Amino acid sequence: MRVLVAMSGGVDSSVAAALLAEAHGPDTVVGATLKLWGGTSDSGCCSVADVDDARRVADHLGLVHHVFNFASDFEEYVVDPYVRGHAEGRTPNPCIECNRHLKFDRLLERARDLGFDAVATGHHARRSVDDAGHYRLQRGADSKKDQSYVLAMLGQGQLARCLFPVGELTKDQVRAEAVRLGLRTAAKPDSQDVCFIRSDEGKSGFLSRRMDLHPGRLVDHRTGDDLGQVAAVELVTVGQRRGMGHGRDGRRRFVTAVDVPARQVTVGPPEASVADGVCLDTPTWVDGPPRLDASGAFAALAQCSAHGPSLPCRVRPAGGELAVTFDVPQRRVAPGQTVALYDPDRPGDVLGSGVVR
Amino acid sequence: MAKVRTYLDHAASSPLRPEALEAMLEYLAGHVGNPSGAHTEARLSRIALDDARDRLAELLGVAPGEVVLTSGGTEADDLAVHGAWDALASSSAPPRALVCTAMEHHAVLRACRALARRTGAELREVRPGKDGLVDLDALAEACTAEVGLVSVMAVNNEIGTVQPLDAVAATVRDRSPDAVLHTDAVQAAPWLDVARVTALADLVAVSAHKFGGPKGSGALVVRDGTGLRPRIDGGGQERGRRSGTPNVAGAAGMAAALAATVVDREATVSRVAALRDRLGDGLVATVAGTTETADRDDRVAGILHLRFAGIEAEALVVLLDEAGVAVSAGAACSSGAVEPSHVLEAMGLEAADARSGIRFSLGATTTSAEIEHALAAVPDAVERLRD
Repeated sequence: MRVLVAMSGGVDSSVAAALLAEAHGPDTVVGATLKLWGGTSDSGCCSVADVDDARRVADHLGLVHHVFNFASDFEEYVVDPYVRGHAEGRTPNPCIECNRHLKFDRLLERARDLGFDAVATGHHARRSVDDAGHYRLQRGADSKKDQSYVLAMLGQGQLARCLFPVGELTKDQVRAEAVRLGLRTAAKPDSQDVCFIRSDEGKSGFLSRRMDLHPGRLVDHRTGDDLGQVAAVELVTVGQRRGMGHGRDGRRRFVTAVDVPARQVTVGPPEASVADGVCLDTPTWVDGPPRLDASGAFAALAQCSAHGPSLPCRVRPAGGELAVTFDVPQRRVAPGQTVALYDPDRPGDVLGSGVVR
Repeated sequence: MAKVRTYLDHAASSPLRPEALEAMLEYLAGHVGNPSGAHTEARLSRIALDDARDRLAELLGVAPGEVVLTSGGTEADDLAVHGAWDALASSSAPPRALVCTAMEHHAVLRACRALARRTGAELREVRPGKDGLVDLDALAEACTAEVGLVSVMAVNNEIGTVQPLDAVAATVRDRSPDAVLHTDAVQAAPWLDVARVTALADLVAVSAHKFGGPKGSGALVVRDGTGLRPRIDGGGQERGRRSGTPNVAGAAGMAAALAATVVDREATVSRVAALRDRLGDGLVATVAGTTETADRDDRVAGILHLRFAGIEAEALVVLLDEAGVAVSAGAACSSGAVEPSHVLEAMGLEAADARSGIRFSLGATTTSAEIEHALAAVPDAVERLRD
């Protein structure tokens, strides 16, 4: 079996490459670093320093290493939609779109073209095969580092050609392996935040260079009373409380809705910030949709952010969308965010995903 | 990895000629002196350096004092662009604009853009035509009286087109009489008589490793009467035009390599052109949807640029490497990724078409067995990608 390992220059993908090279021999494993971002960045997988780290780890392991320039696809499928989303008052998750369109589409296709049987990444998640030959996607062994959420959009076709070699390890074990193997990335800090946004300018600085930002009115969710101004309505997220101040009763306010065309942000007290459910589009399934009960729904656990809690819920598919009803009302999830659904009978198993409308 | 390797990336770097290696070994291992010193050891190094400079000057058709040794082609181009401009800027009638072609190597293109940012000068980038040759009408339009510097390459590094330098020089002298004319002759030196270029231009850059010399060694020809401000201030070596202890072995290797190149140039050019045509004809015939970029009569013998419809060159390079054939796709950036070609873009090619381009570049050591290897490997690899 020939495997192409996506190497970001971080410790997880370095160890993923090392484990594969140990298991299968260096001749069957090739490293690849994706050049995704043409602009400046100080973290993530696109700085020259990170590419150098990936290349030197590959050299150390005796692996051939390539750099693939997917910058125009990244712009088209990740950065442009990210900017467009904010212009529409949505909050997209660029890491998930990158996985969906770049790592598990463009790179899988490139790997197949080059005669590889599989693509491996350093994600903390597990893939297994059941008795019927169906692939399962499960949470990584390290619950604190689990990344199954950002992979929840994968289906059978992709999982058949994916490997996650560090999914069985805790982060501490990954670092210990890196030390044992003498990898230069052993002590490298985890990457944070969005890779194409520089820490010195932040999301607002990045977006302000790419789109017009508009001030907006802050209004009460119930009375419609004018409560003041926000500097840029496009930078406000549903569920946000930072910068929203306090109500007359002294309790914090939360954003309940963002209306960019009307230049309006609606806020309310904590009880207004929760919702009974959420509606998802772009549904995906790891192994087809679950069987529906007599009421036309199925039970699931919903995870609404990268490290959010598992929320018991019922999911009703209808007209290409998924109506999710939480057992207990939950904080509103911003439009554009991804919700990952897990199997309540096997809580580590991903069922599928959807994007909040 | 395939055992038999076929190297068709001579335009990126060509193997060291035995004559160059021999000339260098003496100064890498034997001589200790810094040529600027006042003792016997220094004198021996100084003699080697001046011998190399004399030899280079003769081969380039200029006087020894007109040869400034540099760390390579990029430094020579950078020194030419910034150094010539800065010398003019302190004159009584400082220039306001500079001109280069949009198909220059990044060593020139980015130096010109940096100069424009640094000084506020207006940069006029002249696009080539679809034939990969500078558009002389557009050049004439760009060359006005306030232009102080014009840079037009002798041979394009990606597609191999030989630029009409006679006409370029005539245009510049006619329309911008005060302008300095710089020519990047890095890709010309292995194939053409550079003395013909130095007869036309005021500044000419060459790089040793493109013609069988060592990496890290190059030269800028500065014709007498051309002002030049140094980019590196220091000990004042190279007559104050480029400070730093000279690379004695590099200069000796560069001179020996150029001498060897010139001696067998005629035979090499006709032999390599025949191999190049065989490769081009063979691939156009066997691989459907293959287009040869630019007319053969317009190109140097060593460069064959082909576009394979529907193929991503980045992937094809990897498959060919696995099959033992080393070629390149466009220019590589600092991360090692293949950048979209600004040359093909300037010629007006669509993005997908430009991404399908592969440069096969041959050199003095290229054999017919290597061409056979490529003729077998390329159709296989393209077919795999089209599956």
